[in-house]
Amino acid sequence: MPDAVQNLQMIPLNDYIFFCSALFAIGIIGVLIKRNALVIFMSVELMLNSANLLLAAFSAYRNDPAGQIFVFFIMVVAAAEVAIGLALLVMIYRSTHSIDINALNKLKW
Amino acid sequence: MLSKYIFYFLSSVAIYAALMVLISKKPIHSVLYLTLAFFAIAGHYILLNAQFLAVVHIIVYAGAIMVLFLFTVMLLNLNIEGEFPKKNIIKFAAVIVGGLILITLIGTFRTYDLEIIKNPTLNQIGLVKNLGKVLFKEYLLPFELCSILFLAAMVGAVMLGKKDIQ
Amino acid sequence: MTFKFLYDFSILTQAIDKAITGSMSPFWAMITEMTIIGVLILAFYAVVGLYLVYAERKVCAFMQNRVGPNRVGPWGFFQTIADLIKLLMKELIPIKAADKLLFNIAPFIVIIAGFMAIAAVPFAKGLHAVDFNIGVFYVMAVSSIGVIGILLAGWSSNNKYSLIGAMRSGAQIVSYELSVGMSLITIVILAGSMQLSTIVEGQHDLWFIFKGHVPAIIAFIVFLIAGTAETNRGPFDLAEAESELTAGFHVEYSGIKFAFFFLAEYMNMFIVASIAATVFLGGWMPFHIPGLEGFNHVMDYIPPFLWYFVKTAFVIFLMMWFKWTFPRLRIDQLLTLEWKYLLPINLFNILLMALMVLMGWYF
Repeated sequence: MPDAVQNLQMIPLNDYIFFCSALFAIGIIGVLIKRNALVIFMSVELMLNSANLLLAAFSAYRNDPAGQIFVFFIMVVAAAEVAIGLALLVMIYRSTHSIDINALNKLKW
Repeated sequence: MLSKYIFYFLSSVAIYAALMVLISKKPIHSVLYLTLAFFAIAGHYILLNAQFLAVVHIIVYAGAIMVLFLFTVMLLNLNIEGEFPKKNIIKFAAVIVGGLILITLIGTFRTYDLEIIKNPTLNQIGLVKNLGKVLFKEYLLPFELCSILFLAAMVGAVMLGKKDIQ
Repeated sequence: MTFKFLYDFSILTQAIDKAITGSMSPFWAMITEMTIIGVLILAFYAVVGLYLVYAERKVCAFMQNRVGPNRVGPWGFFQTIADLIKLLMKELIPIKAADKLLFNIAPFIVIIAGFMAIAAVPFAKGLHAVDFNIGVFYVMAVSSIGVIGILLAGWSSNNKYSLIGAMRSGAQIVSYELSVGMSLITIVILAGSMQLSTIVEGQHDLWFIFKGHVPAIIAFIVFLIAGTAETNRGPFDLAEAESELTAGFHVEYSGIKFAFFFLAEYMNMFIVASIAATVFLGGWMPFHIPGLEGFNHVMDYIPPFLWYFVKTAFVIFLMMWFKWTFPRLRIDQLLTLEWKYLLPINLFNILLMALMVLMGWYF
């Protein structure tokens, strides 16, 4: 891609910021609105992804690879989080027969 | 010019899919829309010439995480429609909170004078050669720690997923 | 020589590119080129899929000492076209309790995954739709998308057989993907690049399977086994075990949607075979032996795309042979084979290859 640099200059960096902020806000609304633990996980993934994309965008615009390296680390954390989280979800489902997070308020003292 | 159109197209697809994740009633539809959102984001990575990142993103998210979600939905038969609705007032409050956060974020970044380096003589940092050099020189320790994190997550998931052995 | 373009397709593609960019604005030129490439790949996909079905039936018949299709056209050559027409005419049976959206979208996800993978395959010199910097990795990534379509198809049919088939298929594909990736990485270490065109160029003196001798041959065998498993074929077709699950994840599909799954299966086989041919057997590169100049020149007279297709056909034949020879595995045997045998062998093999490349022990 020889013309990648020129292509990049066409899109202002601010557009990336707005787009990623919107995605992040949607993720937050999802966490607050939903009571299904599975969909809450998905919203968390959306938030992580918006942060990832913004890191990659800054890295590309400022010509610094460190941003893209951090995207890898975030992906590692996200994958680990999903693996553990879904295993926990299966455990919760086995004991409460529901994935409603309000069923877990028994943990309150 | 073309890249600008592609940018707006991908952004609108991603936001539409993200909204549909919240709107759709069945969790399995949410999974499908989330996959669509991830593909739009992968398109964004390619637009940024971060090809390696795009492919890793597809492998990790579409290939692994989404499959895990689908497996969970199928194994537990979680596809119950319209389960446990929240009160409308809570939904309304949640949307307001989200909107406020969006406004705050955008308002903060608007005032910044974001400077783009005008002379990127080579924008090749997204290619695997450069990324590998940086990853294995400057970030070697975090990289190894990541593998330990993965190992711990793997052991934990297996332990949690097993049925109780007395 | 008038047929020069047979040896280097970039002459032809550059002429077409010049003609198109010369006659319209860059924006529309790009759109036109994309459309042309898309239509060409689509046509290729359909034709290759149809003829692989025919080939499979013929090969199967010969292995079982039968004749195979022989009525429509000479040697039954048009049999699969007749089958396709039949499938097109058939009624699409709507399932009442199915999830409509997912049920309709699942075949397309499977097809799109195959379609994306085939775009990165170099067919001949200069005949290459997208030459990614990370081609090998890209093919691995997009071929893992198909499993989402299979899982959705199995779930949305609302049928216990299809659900069991989909779960089996998901577990199988996710596990065997590891072996596919690792055996390709073994060769990437030898080639020093993930770009498919560079990998092919790197085999101009000797193909990688000979160049890397022991580890490369181990990687090739592992790749064939894992690739067969990834396409849900051969002795690993648990997902559609006819005798126990009737047809697995596509029980409820009829007419053209069933044809999509059927075509996608054969196309996945073609993709696995062409990646094997490209990475291990030199792709479109003719067979060369270093030192034998005369022999190499004779080999150069055979056009590259012919080399490519012959190698791919050879690997496809191996996979068919495989299928009609071995009995089906049980699911626990299948997972044991991957996690307890193929994966450790592969990890060891990568170390061996790295050592070999460091010490310069290859030809």
